[in-house]
Amino acid sequence: MSEEREMIRVEQLNKSFGELHVLKDIDLTVKESDVVVLIGASGSGKSTLLRCLNFLEIKNSGSITIDGEQIEKKSHDLNKIRQKVGMVFQHFNLFPHMTVLENVIEAPTQVKGVKKSEAIKEGKILLDKVGLGDKYDVYPSKLSGGQKQRVAIARALAMKPDVMLFDEPTSALDPELVNEVLATMKGLAEEGMTMVVVTHEMGFAREVADWLVYMHEGRIVEYGHADEIFNKPKEQRTRDFLSSVL
Amino acid sequence: MEDILHFFDVFIGSYDVFLDGLWITVKLSVVSLLIAIVIGLFVALLKISNIKIFEWIADAYIWIVRGTPLIVQIFILYYGLTDILLIPMFWAGAAGLAFHSGAYIAEIIRGAIQSIDKGQREAGLSLGMNKGLTMKRIILPQAFRRAVPSLGNQFIIGIKDSSLVSFIGMQDLFGVASTMGSNTFDYLPYYMTVAVYYLLIVLVLTFIVNKIEKRLAVSD
Repeated sequence: MSEEREMIRVEQLNKSFGELHVLKDIDLTVKESDVVVLIGASGSGKSTLLRCLNFLEIKNSGSITIDGEQIEKKSHDLNKIRQKVGMVFQHFNLFPHMTVLENVIEAPTQVKGVKKSEAIKEGKILLDKVGLGDKYDVYPSKLSGGQKQRVAIARALAMKPDVMLFDEPTSALDPELVNEVLATMKGLAEEGMTMVVVTHEMGFAREVADWLVYMHEGRIVEYGHADEIFNKPKEQRTRDFLSSVL
Repeated sequence: MEDILHFFDVFIGSYDVFLDGLWITVKLSVVSLLIAIVIGLFVALLKISNIKIFEWIADAYIWIVRGTPLIVQIFILYYGLTDILLIPMFWAGAAGLAFHSGAYIAEIIRGAIQSIDKGQREAGLSLGMNKGLTMKRIILPQAFRRAVPSLGNQFIIGIKDSSLVSFIGMQDLFGVASTMGSNTFDYLPYYMTVAVYYLLIVLVLTFIVNKIEKRLAVSD
């Protein structure tokens, strides 16, 4: 069955920044169409874990397996891996010198060699899908935060990734703009996209997540079905965290 | 009053020789600044390469340029290049000016590249673009935009510095003024005339840079 396909397997992952040991013996498996939500306090290592999955940070030890292949910086072309693993950033990181549509077609045309006319056609479909069908030729500076983040999602989707990583995608948004982004992400999840999401939005986690991961001081403290963890967390630290944010 | 009328006489009467000089100054400035941009971009990339030996080369080059007078650089390159390579005077002059401006442009471009938010690079990489492509498509276009005012300023300095090539015998604007002045012993009106020509060039260049800045501001 396709739902048995393992998209990401992390084993005994460790990462330090100098003296600071940020990730400690992380084990995590993400199967196809899973939505895994990472929660935890700031500095618990969840963003670093996400960035390791996209090799924006390089692990110190342990293994990361993407779609059945164990990836090492020395033996693999990380650019190839990143084409299959899309990323959405907290601060959008849209390309300010390009219009919305140009942002979306940049990587398909430059990296995959997709014909421009074809990329434009697909880009417009994606932008329509995230509700920005009237903004093709607008520069990012003219958009609201929520619109920017939806462009960023469309830009990542344009590479037709197998997995999407979201690094606190709503943390930089004004409260009234959070929902439009979450709705877009929920739509993606319903389509069966494999997603790993770092977020503080507990409502989203409760509603959309298949699996919930609670991290504390660089370790995974609790892992399980989202509703189980929300309803009866096993660990005291998880209980403390949830009671502080809910 | 008579002096002023005399200046206008000289200014108008000498326009044909000064136009020859103007053409040389413009050609020399454009050629040397284009080469300087190439040198500057290359040296800026060496400096941010994170490869020690490349950084040392870039630092040594910038140190030499900043540590010696331009006129000394022009003389060394002129006598060096024309002795060994038998290249024409124009190219010796252009090489001297480009060698000099290149160092300053390198620092401007390096600063602009480093001022671009690192999230831009990460966004490029996360889309599967390699480092070179990310630099070319994402970082450099933004860095150049940001560098336009400083580059414009450096170009103005470069155009005025080009007057020093008259000391290797080139008949650029300043060379013409010197020659005419010493031929007629009527120095002041010729130097005032040449000042007007430089002012006009800088005026035009300032106008062009402002236009470019406005054009590039559409995305802000």
